[in-house]
Amino acid sequence: MIKRKAKGASKPIGECISQLQKCLRERLCHNRIPSRLEASEAQHKHLLGLLQRTANNGESNSVLIIGPRGSGKTALLKCVLRDLLQEKEVQKNLLQVHLNGLLQTDDRIALKEITRQLNLENVVGDKVFGSFAENLVFLLEALKKGDRSTTRPVLFVLDEFDLFAHHKNQTLLYNLLDVSQSAQAPVAVVGLTCRLDVLELLEKRVKSRFSHRQIHLLSSLTFAQYLERVASQLSLPDDFPDREFALDWNSSVRRFCEDKSVEGILQRHFNSSKDFRSLHMLLMLCLSRISTVNPTIKPADILEASRLCFSDAKSNMLHGLSILELCLVIAMKHLNDVYEGEPFNFQMVHNEFKKFLQRKSSSVYNFEQPVVMKAFEHLQQLELIRPVDGSSAKTQHEYQLMNLALDSSQIVEALHKYPQCPTDIKQWGMSAFG
Amino acid sequence: MSSSPLPPPLQQQRHPGYEEERLRRVAEQLPCREVQAGMLLSLMGEPQQYSLPCIFIYGHRASGKSYVVNILLKELELPHATISCVECITAAQLFEQVLLALFGGDAAATLPRYPSLSDFVRIYRHHRSRASAEQTRYIVLEKAELLRDMDANLLSVLVRLQELVEDNLTVLLLSELVWDTFRPNTGCLEPLLLHFPDYTKAELHQILSRDRHPSYSADLYASYIHILLGIFYAVCRDLRELRHLAALNFTKFCEPVTEGKAKESDTHKLWRNIEPHLKKAMQTVYLREVSSLEWEKMQQVETETGPLRGLSAHTHVELPFYSKFLLIAAYLASYNPARTDKRFFVKHHGKIKKSKFLKKNEKTSNHLLGPKPFTLDRLLAIFYSVVDSRVAPTASIFSQISSLVTLQLLTQVSHADQLDAPKYKCAVSVDFICAVSRTVNFDIIKYLYDFL
Repeated sequence: MIKRKAKGASKPIGECISQLQKCLRERLCHNRIPSRLEASEAQHKHLLGLLQRTANNGESNSVLIIGPRGSGKTALLKCVLRDLLQEKEVQKNLLQVHLNGLLQTDDRIALKEITRQLNLENVVGDKVFGSFAENLVFLLEALKKGDRSTTRPVLFVLDEFDLFAHHKNQTLLYNLLDVSQSAQAPVAVVGLTCRLDVLELLEKRVKSRFSHRQIHLLSSLTFAQYLERVASQLSLPDDFPDREFALDWNSSVRRFCEDKSVEGILQRHFNSSKDFRSLHMLLMLCLSRISTVNPTIKPADILEASRLCFSDAKSNMLHGLSILELCLVIAMKHLNDVYEGEPFNFQMVHNEFKKFLQRKSSSVYNFEQPVVMKAFEHLQQLELIRPVDGSSAKTQHEYQLMNLALDSSQIVEALHKYPQCPTDIKQWGMSAFG
Repeated sequence: MSSSPLPPPLQQQRHPGYEEERLRRVAEQLPCREVQAGMLLSLMGEPQQYSLPCIFIYGHRASGKSYVVNILLKELELPHATISCVECITAAQLFEQVLLALFGGDAAATLPRYPSLSDFVRIYRHHRSRASAEQTRYIVLEKAELLRDMDANLLSVLVRLQELVEDNLTVLLLSELVWDTFRPNTGCLEPLLLHFPDYTKAELHQILSRDRHPSYSADLYASYIHILLGIFYAVCRDLRELRHLAALNFTKFCEPVTEGKAKESDTHKLWRNIEPHLKKAMQTVYLREVSSLEWEKMQQVETETGPLRGLSAHTHVELPFYSKFLLIAAYLASYNPARTDKRFFVKHHGKIKKSKFLKKNEKTSNHLLGPKPFTLDRLLAIFYSVVDSRVAPTASIFSQISSLVTLQLLTQVSHADQLDAPKYKCAVSVDFICAVSRTVNFDIIKYLYDFL
């Protein structure tokens, strides 16, 4: 299956693979700005027009980009900015301020960051001077002094916009939106968020100053487009150094995408989530299996990758429990069945376990109570069982009420998979009632 | 478990960009973990290539998570920062350690006194732009479950740090818990989940047999490990714990050989000798009742193991006379339903059978459900009826109650600021209260509803 490259012109296969990995990894892991956006042309046009009006005409705007995680909000914005900055005039004129709700956790930090990014006069090197109030007054002064004709427009990008709404009094949002409403320096406020109810988080005065312009990025992807995306993400560009290898690879990708089993797996992923990030994860796992030994992508790769993606983490953890811990989990399952999900404590579980031992003649699993307790504590550490209320210090350990964080189907599945599970324990676990 | 084809071991897999010699050395140091190491290496790719923003590695304790990652990063000399989240109480310490390991002391010194996430990212970017990465940088966070209790945004930031600092960076989170328990409410970038499976019995045997005693044959040690696993495997699969137990008990195992009572080939004899000893070890050393040092001493002086009382045997507490009765009264109040008080403590109650009392939900024993809260009045009423002599309700009685609370023999259920009618629970075990009542010649079993 491996085509040996004997010709002098083409590079050795190791180097080709290395180039391939480099190219595809940059695409899959490093969110490079895509050259064009599929499926969101309209949004792109809308946003670009809006920002152009701010940059060129000095019009103040505010807009929210809303979409679920991984739906390409940042990609859309980056794309628009790249297109916007192609104009010389804009490039010279426009000031950008990028804020992130995760990093700028309160208004003080955000304000310092704004001053720093705008390079205002109270910035020396990398340091910002003055208190919060001084900074705010200073910044507002600077913004107020300007007017639409002479001042350079400022673009504020607020990533994780919903987190800014949790700041005290929403001072920053109020001031930014207020500037965008009144005839002061031209600003554009672009918020990115994944919360659909983000407007409900805003105070009334802030909400009234917001232009209520929203761009929704809800994926209306069909499976055919999804498949196309897989192919386009995996295929090599035309400017790949080794033409012949690139052609080989691209044809193997095409064959790969037409395969029925691959389609089935991708359909399964498509049904569980439409976003491209989880797809990239899957493709990345496939890609990691490509090496000089295995230079083409094959259906087996994606099969293995999807098995990794879809494996249930809790069943994996159950697989590694000791016999004693497994017995306790089974006892808890029975308690849950009998008492319909009521919380339990250690004594009840131990009692249930002892009942099982009594029914059996042999005493292989007859452990002392402290040993059982240690196993119980281990289960608690793994958070397979959770205390009902947090006050652990107040009640004795053996009487603390717990809830089982496992489904009974998970337990049954784990019992099937468990290596060398003793038959009696298996039967006890499978039986409907303890 | 699954019949999927496993990737070939580390040496046969080609990992371009790394020296063969080094890969061989890594493979030598990672017994039974070639598959995981190979998987991790192929995900990491060549040093110059971009890697995933975040990889979340989970698996049971002592399944080699940190070991594999650290060996890989160290032997292949990749720039990395390994941080244990146990040591970092605040996020500031974490930032400092990351900057120190990746950019040296100067970078760490530029952090302000109370750095925010914003400061950290800014300083990281600043230094990154000066010393741009030729190789992927790695940040390894061990015991990542503790990150959840730190800053609210910290986990979300770390997961997408690659994007925020615009660097060729991978964050590796290592934890015992599953990712489902980590996910914040509003979601975050999903990391790649990688599972380190537990060692099978054979693998445990193989790893444990590696550190054999030089003066005995490998077969002897292997058979010793076999016996050890036979006893402890059902209870404990923790490699570290097993290794510790193996090291502790080996001298005892070899005793017959050194004394000349048995030869190395008499496996049955050796097994007969060690088995009761190991079973005792499970009840003592494994539970940390007896410290390892004491256990070793006990073996040397050849006393019968076990007469030494462990930590939990020291439950006897010397209490004042009235405190004892207060505690007994509290125990009775906690474990008996209030309706039965009349029957136990009023003299002429007439005959009432237990069956008449039984309500449907009271069929399960109270010793299974745990102590119930009771009011101070009820405690005092029972106290007066169990104490024979007349006791005045002096301040000292009340102060004894509160000192029982500080000794954690009672717990106060109601808020501490509620002065009238506070509620308590009794927090001692049956054995303890039986011992206490024996010292004052009080038959507590007679008064307990469960044992009627």
